[in-house]
Amino acid sequence: MIYEVFRQERRGQPFEHAGSVEAPDADFAEAWAREQYGRRGESVALWLVPRDAIRDVEHWADEFDLKYRRVDGYSIKARLKEARERAGTAGDR
Amino acid sequence: MNEQALLGIADDELIVGWRDSEWTGIAPMLEEDVAFSSIAQNEIGHARAVYQLLSEDPDALAFDRKPEEYACAPLVELHLLEWAHTIARRWLYEVADEIRVTALKDDPDPTVAGLAAKIDREEAYHRMHAEMWHDRLRDEPRFRAAVEELWPYALGVVPGELRGELVERVGLAEVDVVERGSHTDELAPLWEEMTIVRRSAPAGAQW
Repeated sequence: MIYEVFRQERRGQPFEHAGSVEAPDADFAEAWAREQYGRRGESVALWLVPRDAIRDVEHWADEFDLKYRRVDGYSIKARLKEARERAGTAGDR
Repeated sequence: MNEQALLGIADDELIVGWRDSEWTGIAPMLEEDVAFSSIAQNEIGHARAVYQLLSEDPDALAFDRKPEEYACAPLVELHLLEWAHTIARRWLYEVADEIRVTALKDDPDPTVAGLAAKIDREEAYHRMHAEMWHDRLRDEPRFRAAVEELWPYALGVVPGELRGELVERVGLAEVDVVERGSHTDELAPLWEEMTIVRRSAPAGAQW
């Protein structure tokens, strides 16, 4: 079975995907992951997740090109300036 | 603990680490290859720590002695390029080493006791690894046979007063012990290879 390994570099930080180990059971997966993803002190904790337990979500419909739902390329700076000018507060800040 | 006994522990760790490292790149599974090699390196690290306790020049202690001057137990010298035997030795060695290191944590010398505690914290993972393999293979005839074959050697890892505990833990009858103090024929070829680089350069060479 393949286990996906997530590691935490420091307490309080999010776990990030580190790689995977192939092991016959969870105990072997733990022992092997400890050596592969923790022996250099690069992790304070690991999560081991059987790959089968992961639900894969990857298809997104974007048929109508609804760009307004995204913020990339939306320059708020210029619009804010414009709004301030309209409100007569330009230059106050 | 006297220096000769500490040297025995350090030599055991160096030689078992060296032997286990022979599996690097050829273990039955890649994941185990990485784990096994890492454990082998840890063992050599423990040897280094004890040599540093005993000498200003741990390299000299590790590599400049004659084979017959090493104080290791015959168990660790055996050239076992067969997985069942290798795991049997790993498990037997870890059980014996745990008993020995636990006793060492109560050493009257606080430096020795402190180092034993430090080593023990790392050995905990080695034991976990060895027990995991033991649980999986314990009923396999090939593994049982390997454990029984190595058992007289395993008894030789710990001093007499700790053997009762080892007998209890392993669950095999007491047998004639292959004692520390003599060496198998397999140590000399290991020593030849282990010290070849060191011997190729004059003492004090800069790398």
